[in-house]
Amino acid sequence: MKMRTHADLERVRTKGRALLRPERPRICVGMATCGMAAGAKTVFEAMEEAANASGLDFMLIPTGCIGCCQEEPLVDVRLPARGRVLYARMTPEAGKHLIANLSALQFPGDHALAVIPDLDPDLPERPPELSRIPLIHDLPFYKKQHKIILSNSGLIDPRSMEEYAAAGGFRSLEKALLHLSPQEVVEEITRSGLRGRGGAGFSTGKKWHLCSQAPGRVRYVICNADEGDPGAYMDRTVLESDPCAVIEGMIIAGYAVGASEGYVYVRNEYPLAIERIRHAIEQCEALGLLGDDILGSGFGFSIQVVRGAGAFVCGEETALIASMEGGLAEPSPRPPYPAVKGLWGQPTLINNVKTLASVAAIVAKGADWYAGIGTKGNAGTVVFSLVGSVANTGLVEAPLGLSLNDMIHEIGGGGLGGRRVKAVQTGGPSGGCLPADLFHLPIDYTSLSQAGAIMGSGGMVVMDENTCMVDVALYFLRFTMAESCGKCTPCREGTRYMVEILTRITEGKAGPDDLSLLEEVALWVKGASLCGLGQTAPNPVLSTLRYFRDEYEAHVKEKRCPSGVCRALIRLNIVPELCTGCGLCLRECPVGAITGEKKQPHVIDPALCTRCRTCWDICPEGAVEIMR
Amino acid sequence: MPLIAPRDHPPPGAVLDRLHAIHSVRGYLPEADLLTAAQDLAVPLSQLYSAASFYSAFSFQPRGRHTVQVCLGTACYIRGGDRLLERLETLLEVKPGETTQDRMFTLETVHCLGSCSMSPVVRVDEETYGRVKADRLGRMLKKYRLNGPEHTQVEEPVL
Repeated sequence: MKMRTHADLERVRTKGRALLRPERPRICVGMATCGMAAGAKTVFEAMEEAANASGLDFMLIPTGCIGCCQEEPLVDVRLPARGRVLYARMTPEAGKHLIANLSALQFPGDHALAVIPDLDPDLPERPPELSRIPLIHDLPFYKKQHKIILSNSGLIDPRSMEEYAAAGGFRSLEKALLHLSPQEVVEEITRSGLRGRGGAGFSTGKKWHLCSQAPGRVRYVICNADEGDPGAYMDRTVLESDPCAVIEGMIIAGYAVGASEGYVYVRNEYPLAIERIRHAIEQCEALGLLGDDILGSGFGFSIQVVRGAGAFVCGEETALIASMEGGLAEPSPRPPYPAVKGLWGQPTLINNVKTLASVAAIVAKGADWYAGIGTKGNAGTVVFSLVGSVANTGLVEAPLGLSLNDMIHEIGGGGLGGRRVKAVQTGGPSGGCLPADLFHLPIDYTSLSQAGAIMGSGGMVVMDENTCMVDVALYFLRFTMAESCGKCTPCREGTRYMVEILTRITEGKAGPDDLSLLEEVALWVKGASLCGLGQTAPNPVLSTLRYFRDEYEAHVKEKRCPSGVCRALIRLNIVPELCTGCGLCLRECPVGAITGEKKQPHVIDPALCTRCRTCWDICPEGAVEIMR
Repeated sequence: MPLIAPRDHPPPGAVLDRLHAIHSVRGYLPEADLLTAAQDLAVPLSQLYSAASFYSAFSFQPRGRHTVQVCLGTACYIRGGDRLLERLETLLEVKPGETTQDRMFTLETVHCLGSCSMSPVVRVDEETYGRVKADRLGRMLKKYRLNGPEHTQVEEPVL
């Protein structure tokens, strides 16, 4: 049925509320891509089978990302009149055990991570049998978070319009289309202080204003979901967990700038995100929330999904447009900016997934509310994927201005395995590495770029003493070299040249002048490249040279890799006293460099060894040492 | 080619859509299909070819029955993704981009599958495996050799 009036929407909301607060057990399994990688599907299937066999009347829902990915697979259980509990590190057996307890209306204590206060005021805050389990907001991982973009993530069924509507969805759409003029929407977004969450941080309101004023036959809205930064998965999660929020933001954006066609350009590597956003678009079309005359406002809007094909440069807006037009996906010089002259030469608004997913909340709660979150000039919240050598990996949403220390040590719980955190990398291949003594810095656009990193799209990779900073710089430069489209010479040749110098350094073949040469080339590439990819490609080199020069010098002068990573500069050795002769390393060595009798200490042949460190990685006794 | 082209340009994203469609049916981009596509979309074959060869998702060579992707995103790299690649190169006796002699596996590297919290990650076809250690790869491939995919399981985190 198509929705035409407020009453129609209210009927959908009532239906959704009954789904979110049912009179029977509601079991949500976190099944975004990372949950699946942790085995959520087998847990889901085991629970389904057990629940069917027990005759339990229940709802079993594959939901999106619950956030603390470290604890996956996660299961969120709500029992009517009893409460809500989050279970972590679930296995198929634990799932069956859980179902057996739920049949008796009991919450088992095993695997329980936290108690979740439900929206329903009638539900007790905490089931008495779980008096020792903390509330979710008291967990260090969640304590300093503030969820706006991720507020529905893991809470609602991402395939259900009803649940999205019941959780407050489409309120802003009604408000914007029926009660505000396009100019008023643009003004509201401008006043909120929202800045582009793709990385550059341009004022969203200003971009919308530019696009709405530019002359053109038609206008387009594009959602940039070509999340190419390695080590980042915020946009994927938003699309997988709450696709309707992105759609609602896009319709409002279309209304504000006067566009009737929208496109979501999604990275090819994200099949589930593509499936979820396509499904949500179909549902919105069926309900009349996409199409002609939305909610009787006279405004019409359509959305189509474009699937990328694996090219990092397509995250750059002019390259993305070229890719959609079907030609070579090469960037072109700006200005003209796409807001003035974009797809097929017409004014085109391109915003990141998270920017668009913030729009509905701003329209609903007002610009002043949003501007009050974060710090001056850096309003609102940002989503980070906190990964790498950190105890609590996961998806974090926090107000701008939170310190790196709070992010890494409080939310992240410090280094993995208790190791000392050495650096954090933000902004992917365009960003930089910041050392631990700068962790007092607030996370905002200005502070990070002054320190030589960038805010970026939200990737945050934590590194400890086992990470070599020269190797990291080489890793990123190899990446940008491979992804450089080849159109402009500074980027095409400069990245290659930097890779050559860095390779010499990591192989212990660098001369005394190589560091200054590397710096010089980096500055040339930064200054002379055509698009953002090339202009920011030297950042990983420049920031590591600035903060970790001692590591570079150890490689150049002493021919030593202090972190024990660079293969030409290390040697592996099995400590005979620790080796139990289990034979695991012998079987797994890719080059057969390890020999030894069963239950006798094994030996590595340095002539055959490629120093891949597989043995060091898998040895259950920690008997393999790295000689640096 | 029709004498008068049907419109000034194909709809946005149409070229990529068509290339994906061919690739998913054939497993690669055969020349004959590209020729037909160029006619249908009314774009020059040269443009179609330059687009197709630009992206890493498309191949002009037939591929193996299963595609093994080793993630070399930042998080996977610093937690040992490159070691997994090296082990797979030995197990399959191919380099990245190549297909095994029996046409069973194509080995690929990929820059981030977006499952960074589960790093290091390996994907076989549509199945993603998290927290993988080198000693698990042999068993994983064996399952695909025999029949369908092994069910995903959690490995102990790398400590």
